Amino acid sequence: MLGKLTWSAIPFAEPLPLLSGAVVGIVILTILGTVTVKGWWPYLWREWLTSVDHKRIGVMYLTLGLVMLLRGFSDAIMMRTQQAIAIGSAQGYLPPEHYNQIFSAHGTIMIFFVAMPLVIGLMNFAVPLQLGVRDVAFSVLNSVSFWLTATGALLVNLSLVIGVFSRASWWGYPPLSELAFSPDVGVDYYLWSLQISGIGTLLTGVNFVTTILKLRAPGMTYFRMPVFCWTALASNMLIVAAFPVLTATFMMLLLDRYLGMHFFTNDGGGNQMMYANLFWAWGHPEVYILILPAFGVFSEVVATFCGKGLFSYRSMVWATLAICVLSFMVWLHHFFTMGAGADVNAFFGIMSSIIAVPTGVKVFNWLFTMFRGRIVFTTPMLFAVGFIVTFVTGGLTGVLLAVPPVDFVVHNSAFLVAHFHHVIIGGVVFGVLAGINYWFPKAFGFTLDERFGHASFWCWIIGFYLAFMPLYQLGLMGMTRRLQHIPDPSWRPLLLVAEIGTIVIFCGILCQVAQLYVSIRTREQRRDLTGDPWNARTLEWSTTSPPPAYNFAVLPKVESIDAFWQMRRTGRIPMKPAYEAIELPRNSPAGFVTAFFATIMGFSLIWHIWWLAILNFVAAIIVVLIAGWSIEREHEISAAEVEQMERATA
Amino acid sequence: MRQAVFAVVSICSGFLLASCQGVLDPQGPIAAAERLLLINSTAIMLVVVVPVIVATLAFAWWYRASNTHATRSLDESYEGRVEFVVWSIPALTVILLGGVIWIGSHQLDPRAPIQGKSDPVRVDVVALDWKWLFIYPDHGVASVNQLVIPAGAPVEFRLTSATVMNSFFVPQLGSQIYAMGGMITHLHLLADNPGEYPGFSANYSGDGFSWMRFVVKSVSPGDFNAWLEQARSTGSGLDDAGYAELAKPSRDVSPTTYRSIEPKLFERILDKTTTGSGNADIGGPAPPIHHAGG
Repeated sequence: MLGKLTWSAIPFAEPLPLLSGAVVGIVILTILGTVTVKGWWPYLWREWLTSVDHKRIGVMYLTLGLVMLLRGFSDAIMMRTQQAIAIGSAQGYLPPEHYNQIFSAHGTIMIFFVAMPLVIGLMNFAVPLQLGVRDVAFSVLNSVSFWLTATGALLVNLSLVIGVFSRASWWGYPPLSELAFSPDVGVDYYLWSLQISGIGTLLTGVNFVTTILKLRAPGMTYFRMPVFCWTALASNMLIVAAFPVLTATFMMLLLDRYLGMHFFTNDGGGNQMMYANLFWAWGHPEVYILILPAFGVFSEVVATFCGKGLFSYRSMVWATLAICVLSFMVWLHHFFTMGAGADVNAFFGIMSSIIAVPTGVKVFNWLFTMFRGRIVFTTPMLFAVGFIVTFVTGGLTGVLLAVPPVDFVVHNSAFLVAHFHHVIIGGVVFGVLAGINYWFPKAFGFTLDERFGHASFWCWIIGFYLAFMPLYQLGLMGMTRRLQHIPDPSWRPLLLVAEIGTIVIFCGILCQVAQLYVSIRTREQRRDLTGDPWNARTLEWSTTSPPPAYNFAVLPKVESIDAFWQMRRTGRIPMKPAYEAIELPRNSPAGFVTAFFATIMGFSLIWHIWWLAILNFVAAIIVVLIAGWSIEREHEISAAEVEQMERATA
Repeated sequence: MRQAVFAVVSICSGFLLASCQGVLDPQGPIAAAERLLLINSTAIMLVVVVPVIVATLAFAWWYRASNTHATRSLDESYEGRVEFVVWSIPALTVILLGGVIWIGSHQLDPRAPIQGKSDPVRVDVVALDWKWLFIYPDHGVASVNQLVIPAGAPVEFRLTSATVMNSFFVPQLGSQIYAMGGMITHLHLLADNPGEYPGFSANYSGDGFSWMRFVVKSVSPGDFNAWLEQARSTGSGLDDAGYAELAKPSRDVSPTTYRSIEPKLFERILDKTTTGSGNADIGGPAPPIHHAGG
């Protein structure tokens, strides 16, 4: 009846997961209780849970990403602490069975449920506004995408309390992730949560490629799109091309695990090398799915706060597209040490270092945008400068890893760990934090506190250097990654520095919480009444902050790049616009309800509760079909209503 | 204040001293060449990276909004000559590095034999849960978690795994290589001088991974023969039953030797891996052995 699920799935004997699970449970119950007592459910349901407004969905993605950041970060602190303690004869406080779950969860969560939602959240919020349109191409699908991602995040967290999470790392390399070596439900939690959220991500990709290619304001040709839209286009094309590979690969591993097949097993003719190839055929484009939108954010931020148009817009676009294509030709650099011949290794090494060319061009373009500009050091601009300085050295170590014989001695070491944190924190995280600080006033109508913003920046960058520079050195000294126990006592000082760095980063996160709190408390003083608090250049700043549900009462006419800047310069903001009726998509519970069924389906599949899985799979499909066939999907706001709303905010 | 400076200096120099181990302290030609490549590639890139960092900080400082001395040209957003330079600098750097990569990859191909002062020694390596088995097929002995090799002699490794994927790595000797079930990978290393060098698995392989370490004892040729004699005269032989016992998961295994080995033990382990323990309940005929790579 309940498959493999028994009371023994709940770790009563182990205080740590149970305690953290209990804390998370209490927090969730408190929030749910408060919402119930205050009677906020109707509001939440109407305005958020069923909303198909791209801005709301963007905010929900960002919220999900930030909440999961706390989870992923607490994993990081636990790992750092274990490595700082468990040296020599000391065993630390985390046995391998726990430690291995923690680093597997850390990687999985940070990539799939922090970085991805944050980046997709920014794209959701900003892309339609920058394109000067009212919505994405498929509004309900957008909501389905978000809720399926949330399902994945929920399943990963469920493994804290019911059962275990994967101990096979965030790659899940077979044969370790096969049934023979990982018989418990951990790998199944990993696979199903990523399968379900992966479908959501793929749908996002389809949605945004369609939106950017087919829906743009009148006059906005491709070469008038803001750079962030270009990077979003590149990123979503990569999603569409790469995520099906991941889904298919995981499906093969699932067939191995569930039906005894032999795609990647040691025996029966399986081939583990195939998994590594397929996984990284997705995995390397994934790196660029994350970093390209961050590059886009920096392009917007640097141009805005230097008071200058971006230096060489066209080469920025071509560089973006070059990276997009090249990112599919480098996957083998993740396993030069697999024994391929010198020709193959050299080819992939050279292809990987070629990516440094368009990336270098981008760096130079930002640099020349700053040259002779008027630089205003707001929090986003600080993150941008911190990013450039940090990212070039991160790129340097990346190219080092692309030299196969160098990779032979630093592959899988702490050096590698330092490298990808270097580019992910210095690139993606800084980009997202810059983006949040930059677009927050647009989303909520008031600016964020600058003092706490600056403080958080300094904590992040100092903490980053403290936490990861020692790892470079440890890697060269022979420390491999994923060690639950440190063999060499002479590594202790560097590990302690890394631990301190993690704590400094944590202070940065606290500053951000404080920044949010203070800003909300003083929001009346920090209202953005102009719609353009930064003296910015692109269309999202031409509407009110926050924008109305329909974004633009009258769709803007675009005549150049930096359309808003051009409009202000030529004074072409129409004083008496001719309002027309606007059609907007209706709210839809389809996303939420589909995800509800998908969550139960995923859970039942993990625990082999077949009848429940089939039932919920059918239910989820039916909900999608009903949503797909419903006719009354739009509601109209009449011209008079639009005018009235515009007057009220003006 | 002076004490603080002293403390910082002593910590930094401590780090520098401590860093002279592992990859940065090569003890063989492969590791030395790889360290050189690491340093050269870093130097090539620093030529570009350092000026970029300096320029970023300088521009950020000089063109700050409050600087009244700065010349600004806020309308300028394109300049063809600059554009040319912008593409050329990284392109030239990468062309140079591309050459380094091509030559380096071929010279340091793990499968390429090395010239040494004496005849090569063959060692077959089997990754087990969670220890390393070293078989000396030409000498008829085997050892666990210790690899004794004659200094100055090239060592020809054939590697496989009787369990999940692992990576065989001795930082001070150079190149690591994966050990994978049902497959053979090849590696050639050489230790210049006698000494003891730590080795380990560099690919996460499960709960005992942290203890999957071994010692490489590089000894003089005379000592190597003495060690072989000693290994042949002590301990037990590695027969099928002994191997089955050894293959059971265990961690933190102390180094041992086996006086004899079953003939073709390495090949038989390969066969066993492809027919056995993959997905426990499903057996079948042994598939052909894959050689990793081309």
